[in-house]
Amino acid sequence: MGFSTPSPKILTSRYHLEDSFTLPVAMKAGAYAVAREVIGKKSPESIRDEVKKGNLRGRGGAGFPAGVKWGFLNPRPGQQVYLVVNGDESEPGTFKDRTILERDPHRLVEGILISCYAIGAHKAFVYIRGELRFGQLRLEKAIEEARARGFVGPRPFGVDYPIDIVVHSGAGAYICGEETALLNSLEGRRGEPRIKPPFPAVEGAFRQPTIVNNLETIATIPGLVEMGGEAFAALGLVPGDGGTRLYGVSGHVARPGVYEAPAGLPLRELIYELGGGLLDANRQLKAVIPGGSSTPVLRPDRLVKASDPQHPLHAWDGKSEIDVPMAVDLFRALGTMLGTCCATVIDDSVNMVEVTRNLMRFYRHESCGQCTPCREGTGWLVDVLDQIAEGRGKPSDVDLLVEIANNMMGNTICAFADGTAMPLLGMVRQFEEEFRAAVAAGRPLDVRHDTTTRAAFQGGNR
Amino acid sequence: MAFALTPEREKQAVALLERYPEKRAALLPLLWLCQRQHGYISEEIVAWVAERLELSTAEVKGVVTFYTMFFDHPVGEHVIWVCRTLACELRGAKAVQEHLEKRLGCKAGETSADGRFTLLKAECLASCGTAPMVQIDDLYYENLTAEKLDRILDEVAASGPFYDREARERFEADRRGEG
Ligand SMILES: Cc1cc2nc3c(=O)[nH]c(=O)nc-3n(C[C@H](O)[C@H](O)[C@H](O)COP(=O)(O)O)c2cc1C
Ligand code: FES
Repeated sequence: MGFSTPSPKILTSRYHLEDSFTLPVAMKAGAYAVAREVIGKKSPESIRDEVKKGNLRGRGGAGFPAGVKWGFLNPRPGQQVYLVVNGDESEPGTFKDRTILERDPHRLVEGILISCYAIGAHKAFVYIRGELRFGQLRLEKAIEEARARGFVGPRPFGVDYPIDIVVHSGAGAYICGEETALLNSLEGRRGEPRIKPPFPAVEGAFRQPTIVNNLETIATIPGLVEMGGEAFAALGLVPGDGGTRLYGVSGHVARPGVYEAPAGLPLRELIYELGGGLLDANRQLKAVIPGGSSTPVLRPDRLVKASDPQHPLHAWDGKSEIDVPMAVDLFRALGTMLGTCCATVIDDSVNMVEVTRNLMRFYRHESCGQCTPCREGTGWLVDVLDQIAEGRGKPSDVDLLVEIANNMMGNTICAFADGTAMPLLGMVRQFEEEFRAAVAAGRPLDVRHDTTTRAAFQGGNR
Repeated sequence: MAFALTPEREKQAVALLERYPEKRAALLPLLWLCQRQHGYISEEIVAWVAERLELSTAEVKGVVTFYTMFFDHPVGEHVIWVCRTLACELRGAKAVQEHLEKRLGCKAGETSADGRFTLLKAECLASCGTAPMVQIDDLYYENLTAEKLDRILDEVAASGPFYDREARERFEADRRGEG
């Protein structure tokens, strides 16, 4: 199996340069050329049109088309429009946005300048999770450099269109990645999600119309605008999903990391080509969590059932689940989600009840507690999983897990509860026999997740 | 003694208030400034911040307790966060935790007897591709082995508390290619 996919580098084109994060190096390699060319010279509408044509699906998890979102803005006279960049990057398994901050912050700054101009904003807030201090310092330095050159400030590139950028640090809370919780956190409140509507485009930061986009989404804008929407859309390997994007791969692979490739790469290529295959070649691939912990798990030995020619997955009928291209709509049709496009790879040394328990502990810890089904449900799920893992599970407990999850879905203010319930239901659906076996065994599972890697840690062989 | 920021940080605080359309929005950055100076958010700091931003102390406390990175009690000179979430656990997070517990003589959630290190578990720190990893104060240490971890701890133990200044110095050193 050769890696035949053509893979132009847009987002990562400067990553390998020495001091890539400094303004002189980034500029020598093209930074700010697009912003200079379009700000004040092309109409904002024409830029928004290109973004729409580019089929840029939001990179934050939901895959909403960025151009369509921008079109929701309709500010009343006297209102300020804000751009908010979501750099909370907290979805377990996800580690892509961080590379932009650390290795090419000027691409983000340029993306912010162009996006602000396109949506009519004069101020952008970049919300960065508190732990990413190093990336935050790099971005602040980059903004300082850009300000010194006049790119950020009252007259970017000599054009009378003031743009200010404020970096805002979080302080540890996954829920602040949810856009309305993020807005509360930005305003100095607890990071509790708001009821929608009103959507941020109508009433967002400081009650003004606001566009919230993922950090990678905004960093993609300079490349998209440079090549034009149509050319960008054509980079995607399947219709409806344009451009290249950052893929992450971690867990039991030989070469974990972040790789840029066209939208629509099959998981199999991500794991076996970019990720270098399994870490331990004597192991079998057991499961893949495709796009962050909230996306339902896939099994390489499960085949796609789509014999109906009308089915969106018909072209992959009878193939493995991991042969389906990683695209927003196709993954939804597969019963999972593309999420953040960062896959966690799991080999057969691992017990899936333990995997589920690990992830559900995350959700219990991170539920903001506003809504009862979420606050109680996340805790209850962990309790039941603990019982099973400790060998005290009852046969009805597997069904109880499903029932709890079903009662969480759709009953809360934000999508956190769905993002807990969906992967839980996915785990039970895909690995039911393992849950039942754990209950039937009636003794502690007593397995560790790191059989494949523990020796490397102790032996210093990494 | 009543709390006050150092003159340098006071300047930063004043600049902070200018950045947002509403005063209250400066709450998180202001708390960060205070914690970097004092190590944790004391009762005096809560009162000071509340007065500064015209909020009630309850509102400030509500925010402090919501976020895991704000401490409302004293912690060790250095704080070590071990990521425990799935990708790290698949790559040896338990072994990292056990190694640290042995070396520091305390369990996760506790502070070493000499008060130098607090060991905490963290949820996914966006470093899954370089697992296992820990965060110590402001910086990440990735692709850990037992030997590497020991070396890092020796280095950290030999330095004073980091907080802001040291992170910046590291950052500058890295910029110059010495990091
Ligand atoms: C619980 C939860 C956590 C989220 N965390 C993040 C995050 O860390 N980063 C992010 O960009 N989007 C996150 N999102 C999605 C945002 O709410 C929002 O959809 C996204 O920032 C929009 O950007 P995009 O359209 O460019 O993808 C999260 C959503 C939920 C429900
Ligand atoms: S799971 Fe540890 S950094 Fe993501």
